[in-house]
Amino acid sequence: MDSSILTILTFLPILGVILIWLTGKENHSMIKIIAWAVTFIDFVLSLYIYFNFDAAESGFQFVYNVPWISHFGIQYAVGIDGISLWLVILTTFLGWLAVWSSWTAVKDRLKGYMVSLLILQTGMLGVFVSMDLFLFYVFWEVMLIPMYFLIGIWGGPRKIYATIKFVLFTMLGSLLMLVAILFIYFKSGGTTFSILELTRFCVTLPVSTQMWLFAAFGLAFAIKVPMFPFHTWLPDAHVQAPTAGSVILAGVLLKMGTYGFLRFCIPMFPQAFEQFIPAISVLAVIGIIYGALVAMVQKDVKSLVAFSSVSHMGFIMLGLTALNMQGMQGSILQMLNHGISTGALFMIVGMIYERRHTRMIAEFGGVFKSMPIWSTFFIIVALSSIGLPFTNGFVGEFLILTGTFGVAPVYAILGATGVILAACYMLWMIKRVLFGELTKDENKNLTDLKLFEKLVLVPFIIMIFWIGIYPSTFLNPMKTSVEKLIGDVTKYVKHTDIENEAEAFIPYNPHEPQTEEHADVRH
Amino acid sequence: MFNLLWLVPAIPYFSFVILAVFGKRMPRSLSGLLGVGSVGISAVISVLIGIQFMSSPPAGDFFMQKLWTWMGVGNFQPEIAFHLDALSLLMMLVVTVVGFLIHLYSWEFMEDDEGFSRFFAYMNLFVGSMLTLVLANNLVLLYLGWEGVGLCSYLLIGFWYKDSENGAAARKAFIVTRVGDTAMAIGLFLLFWNLGTLDIQEILNSASMQWETGSGLALAVGLLLLGGAVGKSAQLPLQVWLPDAMAGPSPVSALIHAATMVTAGVYLIARTHVIFDLAPIAQTVVAIVGAATLLIAGFSALKQHDIKRVLAYSTISQIGYMFLALGVGAYSAAMFHFMTHAFFKALLFLGAGALIMCLHHEHNMFKMGGMRKQLPLTFWTFLIGSGALAAVPLITAGFYSKDLILWRAWTSDSGSPILWLAGIVGAFITAVYTFRMVFVTFFGKAKMQANHRPGARISLPLVVLAVLALIGGFVEMPHTLGHFAPFSKFMHSVLPEVHGAHLSISIELLFQIIAVVITLTGILTAYIFYYRKPELAENMAKSGFGSALGRFFYSGWGFDWFYYKFIVGPFVWIARVNKKDIIDFIYTIMAMICQIFNFVFRQTQNGRIRFYAAGIAFGAVIIVAIVMFT
Repeated sequence: MDSSILTILTFLPILGVILIWLTGKENHSMIKIIAWAVTFIDFVLSLYIYFNFDAAESGFQFVYNVPWISHFGIQYAVGIDGISLWLVILTTFLGWLAVWSSWTAVKDRLKGYMVSLLILQTGMLGVFVSMDLFLFYVFWEVMLIPMYFLIGIWGGPRKIYATIKFVLFTMLGSLLMLVAILFIYFKSGGTTFSILELTRFCVTLPVSTQMWLFAAFGLAFAIKVPMFPFHTWLPDAHVQAPTAGSVILAGVLLKMGTYGFLRFCIPMFPQAFEQFIPAISVLAVIGIIYGALVAMVQKDVKSLVAFSSVSHMGFIMLGLTALNMQGMQGSILQMLNHGISTGALFMIVGMIYERRHTRMIAEFGGVFKSMPIWSTFFIIVALSSIGLPFTNGFVGEFLILTGTFGVAPVYAILGATGVILAACYMLWMIKRVLFGELTKDENKNLTDLKLFEKLVLVPFIIMIFWIGIYPSTFLNPMKTSVEKLIGDVTKYVKHTDIENEAEAFIPYNPHEPQTEEHADVRH
Repeated sequence: MFNLLWLVPAIPYFSFVILAVFGKRMPRSLSGLLGVGSVGISAVISVLIGIQFMSSPPAGDFFMQKLWTWMGVGNFQPEIAFHLDALSLLMMLVVTVVGFLIHLYSWEFMEDDEGFSRFFAYMNLFVGSMLTLVLANNLVLLYLGWEGVGLCSYLLIGFWYKDSENGAAARKAFIVTRVGDTAMAIGLFLLFWNLGTLDIQEILNSASMQWETGSGLALAVGLLLLGGAVGKSAQLPLQVWLPDAMAGPSPVSALIHAATMVTAGVYLIARTHVIFDLAPIAQTVVAIVGAATLLIAGFSALKQHDIKRVLAYSTISQIGYMFLALGVGAYSAAMFHFMTHAFFKALLFLGAGALIMCLHHEHNMFKMGGMRKQLPLTFWTFLIGSGALAAVPLITAGFYSKDLILWRAWTSDSGSPILWLAGIVGAFITAVYTFRMVFVTFFGKAKMQANHRPGARISLPLVVLAVLALIGGFVEMPHTLGHFAPFSKFMHSVLPEVHGAHLSISIELLFQIIAVVITLTGILTAYIFYYRKPELAENMAKSGFGSALGRFFYSGWGFDWFYYKFIVGPFVWIARVNKKDIIDFIYTIMAMICQIFNFVFRQTQNGRIRFYAAGIAFGAVIIVAIVMFT
């Protein structure tokens, strides 16, 4: 079971696709039930992985390895470590809820829609579990196709513009990455695509070569994150995508970018990474502030949330550049947080869209009166998005800023202003949508959430508070993997902040005898 | 008994969850009982813990209770743990006991409100957060409570959400305080990376060992923490949110914007006093901020006509006194004034709330008048509160605490005559605006008819708080009155004694006489201008200079205007200009260039044979030319 579990997990949605294929086109309820059941079982399977995951082990677990195209040394190799564990669970979690949230929202061509969602899930899971670079690239590209259809077919009025933009941006990055992958493959002797072995090879490359490779990989990932200034595809894609598409896009697809940095860019090209740290930090900070500023003046709630993603993803990138435990773990946790909070926000917006067929802020006002339950969910999620303590956002952002402050105080201070701006745009939007007098007749007769809608949102709320109150559940399994990553990278980086850290302060020792002066202060 | 400590914040949190989830379906009496009862139980436990703490103090004069490690990453290990010592005990008692009285009052005050259970949910969440703030053993947990009370303040200011003005006030409060909070968060990062811990006791110990007096780090940390404190405690330059926060229901103003939350800044500085002792410049800044704020807010209070705005400015001003005390190193004097202020200011806000409720939600005190006869209980309790605020000598609590601050402002090592002067001028203004409020509201001709008298659940808290506002000061008597000072003695296990010259009792007496004369003159001034000869005040307000100054004071010294003009305005302008996201323009241009090329090349494919033939010939010529000439 243990060696095949990741394969089962990854390809289970394909089984769902086959089952749906066999179902009649008009049999909507059957299609929905199959999709729901498959994604739910997938989620349960990912929990099984969590419970059997050995947090003390820093390397890959549940590894399964067979030759695939042995002539080129391509393998089907999957495995999971502390870094990808939570992303896999996040994917199955959101995948399940995304199917659920489409229960009544999608009526047109439901079969194709569910098939797209399921194939997408296989693609995403594949990306996170691949231990072979070629396999990774295949999944990476597979992911693009269902997303293309989801936006292009079930999207809003400007769906064609949005999908083409999305595909062009992503393809540009992926192609450069493919060139870099092939370069590494041939340079290393053309025998293997194994990520672990190629990593061992790449770190020996001269810095100038590393820089080019880092740039090629980095661009692909930076577009996916998206980092400023490559972010402009995101608002269009989000605004046009159907609810489930937005949830998956924001929740999981953006994490591919940051995951790529963690898995490839940073460990493979550590010296190049060191050179790029200032540039990445600056872009991250610009992204934080810029995204927040643009979010503030958006008229469409969805595009506000999209720009807020740009801002939040900036935090995650900033944490990665800190290259210490607080920053890195904070970033990984924040990936999870962003997936949960932004995913929930998109669902909440989707629910009002289903009722009012508009997302324009100006169309609302005073909705708290007609939809108190929906509004309460909205407020909780918005507060978690602006990082209020006891919600998930706080833990992530606080760790990231703590970590960053240790190596680059100025960036941390600038990043912290993003926290103020987040409060500005979120609360302003909340005020305009929920509070005030109910003026529009259409808003007076809105029906509050149905039972199944509440059930979809409750898991998000549980996660928001769980991570906020007891984040150890999530931090502990990733600890050793992150330690190993930082250890590996700092071996090659001349100026290591980790070592300096030990000298920078003398830890307080409670058993030390109290000095005179100190006794004075206490009494 | 100490082991029950965690219950004190946990019970209000629990009740919040119940009310938030099931409140809608509960009968009002049950939500009321739950909302008020939970804080009541917390108060009882607090008092029992307090009694035990005083009768048999724990080892080292503190008690620590660890629940779990919050987020453990590397050596960053903030815990969910509570630290009980004299300082946090005092805060805990005030929060729960005064909090309970205000909850009891709210039960009647909010009875007919449609958001009854929502109100108590928020109030309980507030009490829980505030207790977390004061009991936290590390700064991250303190920060959690700090943001939590900010959230409740936001929710409760905007409680009557249908009026979008209230929503705006709520948002303003949250964002302005968050500016301060962010400064504080940066201070926390700085502390962590230099001392390797955020445990408050460890910070205090290692700071005093590792940092020298006057070190730059201590100064930076001190100023950043001060940034957080001025935001939350509505001091210069972040005081602008508090007057607007009066949009919330009166019990909210009493609990959050008078008695507890706004004094969190005072608590923070007292709690981390070691850092301020190490950074004399930061400490001086605290004193200057306090002195400047108490004057500016005092003058603003003189011209308000909304009774709650008078009290709001007065709160800002009184917290200014506390900052002044902190700034001269008189920490226990600051905490003493915090305590008495919690009693009398909560009383005044509750009294004002009772007035407003009985007078059809009228806030303008110039439309009230003569309420002394109609609402006698409210009048007498309000009068006691006003007396305490104006520091009427000997019989009120405010006298003892304010007198101590004034005395220390001059005689402490870091004090100065200028600080004392600011305090004494402030005392005069306080007396004037307080009794202006009393005379205008309760004396003269009645301009309105009260529709009913407050019931028992409103009257009882008023009476209890009035008693506390009278006797609360007797725990700390000056040397001239026998120096019975159990309060500061109790506080000395946490807060250091004031360093200052030991002057003779006669000098102290002289200072007290000056203060008393100033207060009485202030009351007399108010009596003449607003009762005996109101035309005097009117004439003054009508003169050109007088009306300009009046408007200036009324607007709170133009801070709002300034911030809007120079910060909010430009900011929004930049955001508006960039609404379309200028970066996208670059990509649009790229796409356009492609389309232009597409257009140009499309022209070549026109289907005409002659054109193609000409093209081939032209191309051939060029190729031949290239071959020949290279």
